[in-house]
Amino acid sequence: MDHDPTRRGALQCLGLGAGTLFALNGGVLSGFDLAEAAAPGAAGQIGTPLFVQISDSHIGFNKEANPDVVATLNRTIDLVNGLPRQPAFALHTGDVTHLSKAAQFDLASQLLSRLRVTELHVVPGEHDVTDGQGTEFFARFGAASKGRGYYSFDHGGAHMVALVNVMQFKPGGLASLGDDQLAWLKDDLSGRPASQPIVLFAHMPMWSIYEPWGWGSSDSDQVMALIRRFGSVTVLNGHIHQIVSKVEGNVTFHTARSTAYPQPAAGVGPGPGPLVVPSDRLPSMLGVTTVSRAPLHKSLRLTDTALA
Amino acid sequence: MRFSATHCALAAFAAVSLTAVGAAFAATGDASVTIKNFDFHPMAISVPVGATVTWKNLDGEPHTVTSTDGAFRSDALDEDDTFSFRFTKPGVYKYLCTIHPRMVASVTVK
Repeated sequence: MDHDPTRRGALQCLGLGAGTLFALNGGVLSGFDLAEAAAPGAAGQIGTPLFVQISDSHIGFNKEANPDVVATLNRTIDLVNGLPRQPAFALHTGDVTHLSKAAQFDLASQLLSRLRVTELHVVPGEHDVTDGQGTEFFARFGAASKGRGYYSFDHGGAHMVALVNVMQFKPGGLASLGDDQLAWLKDDLSGRPASQPIVLFAHMPMWSIYEPWGWGSSDSDQVMALIRRFGSVTVLNGHIHQIVSKVEGNVTFHTARSTAYPQPAAGVGPGPGPLVVPSDRLPSMLGVTTVSRAPLHKSLRLTDTALA
Repeated sequence: MRFSATHCALAAFAAVSLTAVGAAFAATGDASVTIKNFDFHPMAISVPVGATVTWKNLDGEPHTVTSTDGAFRSDALDEDDTFSFRFTKPGVYKYLCTIHPRMVASVTVK
């Protein structure tokens, strides 16, 4: 495995700025350069990879910001398949497709099936449900939730919660989970020990990053009230095509890069559309997040890896 | 001089054409809305009953045209895609882009 050329190539690319490993201990976030984390002997400190997060593949997009989103998703999948220790499962935090078309979902499903993980958990982005019902999305990824979208499962001691915040928009407003899903979440988390690591994942940011562009959720306060008592909570999102992190108490919020194209920083330009960058810079702005469980800690660690 | 003559002839032809189209529009009150820089332009329009409104997306990012009461809903419109809807009942139709719900606008049908 150590001589896997794919892996070696990937590790050689992990220079300064290519990615950061985040360790959360007692609510304090520490950053390490990925090259340091990938150095010989570091594996024991990094712990066992629990899962990888990929996001915003936008299959069907073909404009200047990235004319070949299939190639960059494939490179992301190669990176995951070349990890020194395979994660147990993968999350895709939405915008699998660009326009919710059946052919785009078919192609995306075919590409994602190449991931060497036993389970793939997918939540929809707003680009996946433009028909209002998410018919094509749920036909492919709805089995785990019986077509509802939100569900939970346990893995490696962590409690994983898939949430949907792209189906209930108010005009002029922000994303929301809605009352039914909030009631379900309250029930799902009740009775769980505060020491159990909790991971929530959804497409749109579940904290306020930039409301004029809709980068936030209107019922995030209710969610915070439900998760605040836990000792280790990780909230993962996609949507904004760049890494933004925040720590609030024991809660770490983290948005992933896209596998397709970057977007501008909050408030830069007229809106959150595709950002055109020189083609040699594009791979450094796309990527994947790995979450591992430290062997001696109950906390989870996040590692971001760019495609180059 | 030759250029000017041709130019004038074209201009005259264009004027006639525009008059004809304008008359056709006036008969039904059809209207168009462009979507650019994450906004609908114009944000509020007024059309008579029976008019057809056509939206065209000029952004590189897709948008939808979705009425808040379910009267109409476009597919995701990619760049240069259009969507048309004929309004047969009077009222105020509020709509938004479900991909970017801060984008709101209205059609008033009289």
